[in-house]
Amino acid sequence: MTRTLYDKLVDAHKVCDLSDGDMLIYVDFHIMNEYTSPQAFSGLETKGLKVRRPEAHLAVVDHVNATRSVEAPDAQSKLLIDNLESNCRKHNIAFYGLGDPRQGIEHIVVPEQGLASPGMLIACGDSHTTTYGAFGALGFGIGTSEVEHVLATQTLRYRRMKTMRVTIDGDVAPGVTAKDIIMKVVQVIGAGGANGFAVEFAGSAIRNLEMAGRMTVCNMAVELGARAALIAADKVTQNALSGHAHSGLFEYLSETWETDPGAAFDQDITIAGGDIEPLITWGTSPDQSVPITGTVPSTKSFVSPKAKAGLERALTYMGLSAGQPIQSITIDTAFIGSCTNSRIEDLRQAADVLRGRKIATGIKAIVVPGSAMTRMKAESEGLREIFEAAGFQWRPEAGCSMCLAMNDDVALDGERVASSTNRNFEGRQGRGARTHLMSPAMVAAAAVAGRLVDVRDFV
Amino acid sequence: MRKTIKGIAAPLPLANVDTDVIMPKRFLRTITREGLAAGTFADLRFYNDNSLRQDFVLNQEPWKAANILVVGDNFGCGSSREHAVWGLRQMGIEAIIGTSFAGIFFDNARKNGLALPIITSEKRDLLLKLSRNGKIFSVSVENKIVDIDGQEVHFMMDDATQTALLEGRDDTLDSLKKSEAIDAFENSMSLKEKVSVIK
Repeated sequence: MTRTLYDKLVDAHKVCDLSDGDMLIYVDFHIMNEYTSPQAFSGLETKGLKVRRPEAHLAVVDHVNATRSVEAPDAQSKLLIDNLESNCRKHNIAFYGLGDPRQGIEHIVVPEQGLASPGMLIACGDSHTTTYGAFGALGFGIGTSEVEHVLATQTLRYRRMKTMRVTIDGDVAPGVTAKDIIMKVVQVIGAGGANGFAVEFAGSAIRNLEMAGRMTVCNMAVELGARAALIAADKVTQNALSGHAHSGLFEYLSETWETDPGAAFDQDITIAGGDIEPLITWGTSPDQSVPITGTVPSTKSFVSPKAKAGLERALTYMGLSAGQPIQSITIDTAFIGSCTNSRIEDLRQAADVLRGRKIATGIKAIVVPGSAMTRMKAESEGLREIFEAAGFQWRPEAGCSMCLAMNDDVALDGERVASSTNRNFEGRQGRGARTHLMSPAMVAAAAVAGRLVDVRDFV
Repeated sequence: MRKTIKGIAAPLPLANVDTDVIMPKRFLRTITREGLAAGTFADLRFYNDNSLRQDFVLNQEPWKAANILVVGDNFGCGSSREHAVWGLRQMGIEAIIGTSFAGIFFDNARKNGLALPIITSEKRDLLLKLSRNGKIFSVSVENKIVDIDGQEVHFMMDDATQTALLEGRDDTLDSLKKSEAIDAFENSMSLKEKVSVIK
């Protein structure tokens, strides 16, 4: 019997069936942050429960901390950070806090520490946990009640998803990045188009990506509603497993972590790699995007049916008019960071654009490396000098920062941000803030031009 | 939870209402589950100076008293924050009727006794119309039917979710009853399959 990679992963982790149709699945590794875990720990306290396997969890501080300095931005943030540290100390859980050389955004830290590996099941109280699919691991986000559940039982209640394969065949054009590939997938399938599905990415355009690109693709798969994103483990994956603190400490060899030839998916979608251009979001949902060479759509032009519904509301919020050339949109702020695009590879791509250039007058430009280790590596490669010479603020601490603006990096009402992040929701980067999603190289180009611009004109 | 949820239903037809909109980030900096009613839909309910936005349905009569929402596609997308569900429950919402919900939001709702009846878009459009007329909805989780003045609309809800809502059980305590199965699974794992994070 042939099986998909997803089904192999679920089968390998099934503990038992439950009478109501759910199953219990085993969680190999669980990550926590400071804002979605406090109520899980207090739940344990109230119920008099202990953590079943403390060594199988890692806690990092990333969402609320300031990235300007190691100091918490305010008393509430300090409360969350201190609460996580004391919960970890009490339950004997590994804690990578502020000032720890291993600290950073959870989904940057985990691969960097060698804690993601093919065949694992990884859960975290954060929707972008789909990132670990890049390793042929089943990763997905959970709520706080489920964080409590996994702490106490090392399992989760689960029901099998439907399967979708998205094949991207053919080479992508120069200047087109992994970010553009996943933004194209989100545009085609629509926000919520993969609700209830586990999505496997296949095809030569995916195979040709290095791990950083594969992580960007799987990371943003949640924006189409995918509860899991997967890429089969191959030589690229194997090569990425060595050289980290946890390398060789564990492995999962019960299966080949790829879909059997001939295994059927509930849905199959194909996208031609050659058709993908650098994309920009114009609206307030990640599927509202057009090529950088395009114009802001009107209700008459082609957009996906789901995107069409919110078009007028989105244009009002974004302060744009239908038919306006995308490259006429001026920006106030450029932000490079987030679990989607703040790896060393992303910083190199942006630095390649900025080398020998300066950002436009009046633009605020910020780069927040995804982890302390990423920052150190970037500094050793001379990237900091390139960013600073161009006029970017180089942040000394790592975190989510302006991706969701839970710290003090909040965009103002009406402020327009070119952003390498994952969500352009209303209010995401601050109340009334206007977010345009794009690749990190495109953010760098926009900072230089002071407006949205085609990175391919910068080579 | 109550087997039947009865009350005013408010129409919220926007697609892709995300959890950032349901619970803006400034309300997330808390270590408790309480006090989140004030944050629910805050940017839609209030202007910057905290005055009420009359253009938002939950600020208008008769929907101020709504305990049911009829919503657009892909409700609850985005961040995993369970605070969104806690806030909705604390402002008195007991059921949200729609065509599709984001996965994590769906699971969070179930854990907190928030019913999410799923219907087709045609039925949703009908319910939107009826909710705009201020009709009283009666949502039977037991029978999977919404009743509006005798007009019955059947909805979908998987068995495990229905059971969870009707029983209102604590999943953590319930799953701990399966400790033997978890022990057996762990005993079947090789040593190499057990993660141990370096502290």
